[in-house]
Amino acid sequence: MTDEQIKEIIFKLLGSIAPEADFDALLPDENMRKALDIDSFDFLNLFIGLNDELGVEIPESDYGRLDTLTNIIAYLSERLV
Amino acid sequence: MAEFRMPSLGADMAEATLVEWKVTPGDRLKSGDIIAEVETDKGIIEIEVFDDGVVEQILIQPGEKVAVGSILAIIRSDAEPVAPAAEASKTAGAEKISMPDEKRIRISPLARRVAADLGVDLSMVQGTGPNGAINRIDIEHAAKKKEPAKKIPPPQKVETKPQKTDFQAGMRKAIALAMSRSNREIPHYYLETRIDMTGTLRWLEEQNRKRSIKERILPAVLLIKAVALALGDVPELNGYWIDDCHQPQEAVHIGFAISLRRGGLVTPAIHNADIMSLDEIMEALRDLIMRTRAGRLRSSEMTDSTITLTSLGDLGVEKVYGVIYPPQVALVGFGKIMNQPWAENGMLGIRQVLAATLAGDHRATDGHRGAQFLDAVSRYLKETAKL
Repeated sequence: MTDEQIKEIIFKLLGSIAPEADFDALLPDENMRKALDIDSFDFLNLFIGLNDELGVEIPESDYGRLDTLTNIIAYLSERLV
Repeated sequence: MAEFRMPSLGADMAEATLVEWKVTPGDRLKSGDIIAEVETDKGIIEIEVFDDGVVEQILIQPGEKVAVGSILAIIRSDAEPVAPAAEASKTAGAEKISMPDEKRIRISPLARRVAADLGVDLSMVQGTGPNGAINRIDIEHAAKKKEPAKKIPPPQKVETKPQKTDFQAGMRKAIALAMSRSNREIPHYYLETRIDMTGTLRWLEEQNRKRSIKERILPAVLLIKAVALALGDVPELNGYWIDDCHQPQEAVHIGFAISLRRGGLVTPAIHNADIMSLDEIMEALRDLIMRTRAGRLRSSEMTDSTITLTSLGDLGVEKVYGVIYPPQVALVGFGKIMNQPWAENGMLGIRQVLAATLAGDHRATDGHRGAQFLDAVSRYLKETAKL
């Protein structure tokens, strides 16, 4: 799966979690939660969605480093190989 | 025969638009069934009934905007046609009305009509009749008291405005009314404590490690449970101040502040949080947040919170100094859990520290009881086995 495809899946999930958010304005290295104003509950839902779509189980201890789009894509793509 | 009226879904609500009936005449209803959806300043709310019966007649059509207290439908109680052992009809002529926050209110039929005419919120009236029943004089007295507030004309609604702006303006207005009243009437006192969450978070991490991602519990759930348990130790903070009278409640219904992305916030209730497991609270929270954001809350969730909890830690806020939501008497605020220097046993270390604040109504409680409450919250958060 390419990084672009992973990004599409992330945006699709975020679209249902935070429909009002402006994804076009999101910079790849920006803190995603702050930029999109999504809380810890929304973020957990994103990880649940990623688990459903990609089968990647994200341990809680890794939540901290999954803060930007770049980091999330890199994390997932490492585990999808 | 019971008149089903537009319930008051909070001290700040004056009217609502009927969106859809979920029943048709002849339908049988059980307590807890959803009878209709109404649109308020806080979104679309599902209205529940609290008595069994059969829908006799529908009086208001979808799209109509009506004041709180207006009759929406007539419901024939099950007891009426078949008379034996009819408990409902024994209430000495007092009409039974399916309003969540009026279930326990004793009131004469005349007083109820006068209240509807004068637009008096019955939950704000203290009865002086037998067993605290509300009579006509009480209603007129309450109507006089609220007059100064009524003189402020509501902003004119402009039909051509897009709906979203209308909703935001309405939500803003509702919050403005409730918060102005709070600051006008409630003498707040504030207390603050720091809680070492290091051990608690380590325990939660261990618990979550055993769980699939879907079953994991957020720290906010521990806060809700700890507050609910602490209210068992300091019950004075759990309840209402209505018409110069402190009314602590036995059931613990925690109003959890949820912000809406389009602006504003609502504080729907997590019912009986003190007797729920952490898993149950997580599930209730998930359900509540989803329905809040989708605009699908139920009437009871909007009206019966006995305290409010607000957690702004996600945004990096360290401490929250809240404004109490009347007629409640307390609001608990939590900030972000942060690494901070912590002195203990003569040693300085770094701990994960949470600041908890209490805004208390000084009419109902004093700082001493408030301090005991915060101490209990701190203790329960550390005694994870009890959570």
